[in-house]
Amino acid sequence: MSRQRDDYENSWWRKFKGWVDGEVDLLAEGMEIRAPQMQEEGKTDKPSAPLLPSGTAENPLRETQPTDGQLPKIAEERRGIRWLRRFYQVMSVFLCLSIIFVLLWTVAYLPAFGNAGNPDNNEVSARYIERGVQETGAINIVTGMILDYRAFDTFGESCVLFIASCCVLVLLRIDITESGGRAGKRLAESNDRLFEPKDDVILQKCACILVPLILVFGIYIVLNGHLSPGGGFSGGAVLGSGLIFYLNAFGFRKTERFFTEKVYRRITLCALTFYCLAKSYSFFTGANHLKSGIPLGTPGAIISSGLILPLNICVGLVVACTMYAFYALFRKGGM
Amino acid sequence: MEMPLFVNMEETVSIVLFGIGFTMLMLHRNLIKKILGMNIMDTAVYLFLAVKGYISGRMVPIVVDGIQDVSAYINPVPSGLVLTGIVVSVSTTALMLALTIRLYERYGSLDLDEILMRAKEEEKI
Amino acid sequence: MSFVQNFPFFSIIIAMFSGIISSVLDGKRARNLCLSVIVLTTGMSLAVLHFCVRTGQSYTYMMGHFPAPWGNEIRAGILEGLTAVLFGLVMFFSVTGGMDHTAVDVETSKQNLFYIMIDLMLSSLLALIYTNDLFTAYVFVEINTIAGCGLIMIRQIGRSLSSAIRYMIMSQLGSGLFLIGLSLLYDVTGHLLMSPAREAVAGIEAAGLYQVPMLVIMAVVSVGLAIKSGLYPFHYWIPDTYGYATPTASAVLSGLVSKGYIFLLIKIFYRVLGRENVIASEIVNVLFVFGLAGMLMGSVHAILERDTRRMIAYSSVAQIGYIYMGIGLGTQAGMVAAIFHMFTHSATKALLFISAVGLYEVSGNRKDFRSLQGSGYRNPLAGIGFTVGSLSMVGFPMLSGFISKLLFATSALQSPHKMLPTVIALAISTILNAVYFLRLVITLYTIPGDSPENKEKELANKEKAPEKRPVLTAGTWKLPLAIISFILLNLTLGLYSQPVVAWIGSGLAMFD
Repeated sequence: MSRQRDDYENSWWRKFKGWVDGEVDLLAEGMEIRAPQMQEEGKTDKPSAPLLPSGTAENPLRETQPTDGQLPKIAEERRGIRWLRRFYQVMSVFLCLSIIFVLLWTVAYLPAFGNAGNPDNNEVSARYIERGVQETGAINIVTGMILDYRAFDTFGESCVLFIASCCVLVLLRIDITESGGRAGKRLAESNDRLFEPKDDVILQKCACILVPLILVFGIYIVLNGHLSPGGGFSGGAVLGSGLIFYLNAFGFRKTERFFTEKVYRRITLCALTFYCLAKSYSFFTGANHLKSGIPLGTPGAIISSGLILPLNICVGLVVACTMYAFYALFRKGGM
Repeated sequence: MEMPLFVNMEETVSIVLFGIGFTMLMLHRNLIKKILGMNIMDTAVYLFLAVKGYISGRMVPIVVDGIQDVSAYINPVPSGLVLTGIVVSVSTTALMLALTIRLYERYGSLDLDEILMRAKEEEKI
Repeated sequence: MSFVQNFPFFSIIIAMFSGIISSVLDGKRARNLCLSVIVLTTGMSLAVLHFCVRTGQSYTYMMGHFPAPWGNEIRAGILEGLTAVLFGLVMFFSVTGGMDHTAVDVETSKQNLFYIMIDLMLSSLLALIYTNDLFTAYVFVEINTIAGCGLIMIRQIGRSLSSAIRYMIMSQLGSGLFLIGLSLLYDVTGHLLMSPAREAVAGIEAAGLYQVPMLVIMAVVSVGLAIKSGLYPFHYWIPDTYGYATPTASAVLSGLVSKGYIFLLIKIFYRVLGRENVIASEIVNVLFVFGLAGMLMGSVHAILERDTRRMIAYSSVAQIGYIYMGIGLGTQAGMVAAIFHMFTHSATKALLFISAVGLYEVSGNRKDFRSLQGSGYRNPLAGIGFTVGSLSMVGFPMLSGFISKLLFATSALQSPHKMLPTVIALAISTILNAVYFLRLVITLYTIPGDSPENKEKELANKEKAPEKRPVLTAGTWKLPLAIISFILLNLTLGLYSQPVVAWIGSGLAMFD
């Protein structure tokens, strides 16, 4: 028994379980980049201790050495947590199996895969396919559907993105004007630019070649949303990743020259306002049976399909800016 | 199980993924893994929807050569729903990750039970 | 087409647009914009209600140039208009009542973000009320969830952050289930709009096809929305969430957000799945049982709780249980009672949260309810507001809670199998409600004794927790205005319940 237990610590199963539970950091020894020492000696006392935003000088929750009186209490709490974990394991297996079972039972009665006679291939999709080009002007039927037939959903979707970025701003933006020293300290804390390789030549040369390509490709996807696969969201994501790549290669100082929070806010505001007004116009005219008066153009040309192209550009701008904003906020709590 | 399960192989896979993601989101104690579980769950639903739009032997719904016949293209509706759904899941993922960062900064842990316990202790002090 | 018929669409879009504009405004302007938008949308909803009552008909409104099975649609009827008016009123008074606290709890530079969330929350609630499309409902459920999360965590203290993540996890579970339910429904019906989907469901039921998938769809959609609205076994996130958010957020979340999901569930039951099918599938019985359990367990938890706001939050669990019990009765009368209780609860719970703020302030902002001793004298209006809210929850005549209890009891008499458990649970739950609410009210009006023990305690308390914030709402008109309006709303619902009940009934008839 005891031998088995000794082996257990080194066994593959133990290692695997540790890896699954996230106890072992696989990168612990393999990381190439080390955190540089803090410059000022005075500030190195607790470089990694998380700060309480409430500004208490030392954090009572992070005490590593509990006093004797606290020990039994902590042990008791640990036991509670361990019990909870065991309970979770049992429950999770049970829940997972029961959900899968119920849904599989359902799947067994669903219409067969890939069959043209399924209930969902009805008059709805038939009209999208047969008259979509004439009614929306878009060659890409999916784009025509989400930006014209079911445009209200898509407007809601951009609002989801907008409100999520507002929430992330609330959580992660650090306002220096707000509370002086504390915010400054948190700013330094969350700024992980210390870890980033500075002026990496390989990265910069690659970026010089790739960033223009990525941006052009992103613009292509946005502009051709009504003609080929793609559209505002996917193109915007490509544009955003191009910006993030540029940021990684050249650092915040360079991107801050053309992309600040003000720019972000203005672009988002203009794009969403245009989106909102354009769609309100088309909803209003549609519901009141008025002609919208927006020419659809020749299907297949770049400038065609009425409002779909400008809407795609708006969505693309919003998504690109939001992706970049997410990244910048996660990196240093500001843009 | 019955035969339709094997006919609907794609749905079966997506349902299994859904169950795994759901359980991870509900009962895993690590916040990052909870978020991963949420993503697995959402993606499973998108796989399910995408499978539902597929009709064997037909093309993607982009009109080529002016052919506008129902028998030429797959169903475009699920693709549109998936596009909308992906944006929603990106937004919620970003929000949950931001919350996780703040909680980690504050409590130095990713374990939800531990975070809740510490938050309670903090209040007592 | 009458111009009034555009108003549902206008109110949704205006609320959204004001949210978008607020991102470049400062906090004060954003606040004023938000308040005026709420007033405007409420006025529009009133016009819609008036229009529907006058014509006696509901109508659908195309969002775009394409009719029903192809384009998005919204729909307005009496019930939609009524709910929108009530939600607008509750929203307005919650925002005004908690305004001074919002200014302190939220960082100055992030004030406008708070009002963006209120704006988008309003628009998503209106969209959930008016929508006639399942996928639109899903998208706006997500907006509602994220805005709710934003309102919870905007205070940025430890407990509110940890409760926000719990809220997000539970909500995402609910959304996931709701989404898979929608996908399954789309698979078997081929429609996303409610009216064509209803016809397809009727066709399926008549042909006896897909019985198992339909059952699972009903179960999954109900469970998903029940998780999001905090039905009893899924209620763990509620006390923390409501207990630690800023007062406006607590009032809005408890009063409106969960009600929006319940309204959507009722709409789906009536307009998509078909009421007869849902009743035949026994899903309502499951909801009934969990509703009963919630009624009792929520009250028991509330009795055991010491923190006032968490107590009110647990009482929410019990009230959500009432609503689900009404839905679970499976009769028209039960549904009317459930919807009426939904209105009662949003008006009363917002009143309780807002007036609790006034009481807290004059008692040193401590959590324990015993610290509120005598605060009813120190802030008389808040004391009266809290008393009225408590009495309404207990079911005191003249107040709205009494009417909803009456409706529950009479509707229970109409369903013979569920009569006994319903009546017994109503009685027990009322007693339990009385125990903790009257305990609170009595505490409010007890003058702390002059015994030396008490004085020592007070001294110790004063030393331990020096008053962190001054009394914020002293001398302003906002909190009194909110409390008085909520009391009036409560009395109106209680005294003029006949037309409201009649409107709910005719609104439900329009759903079919």
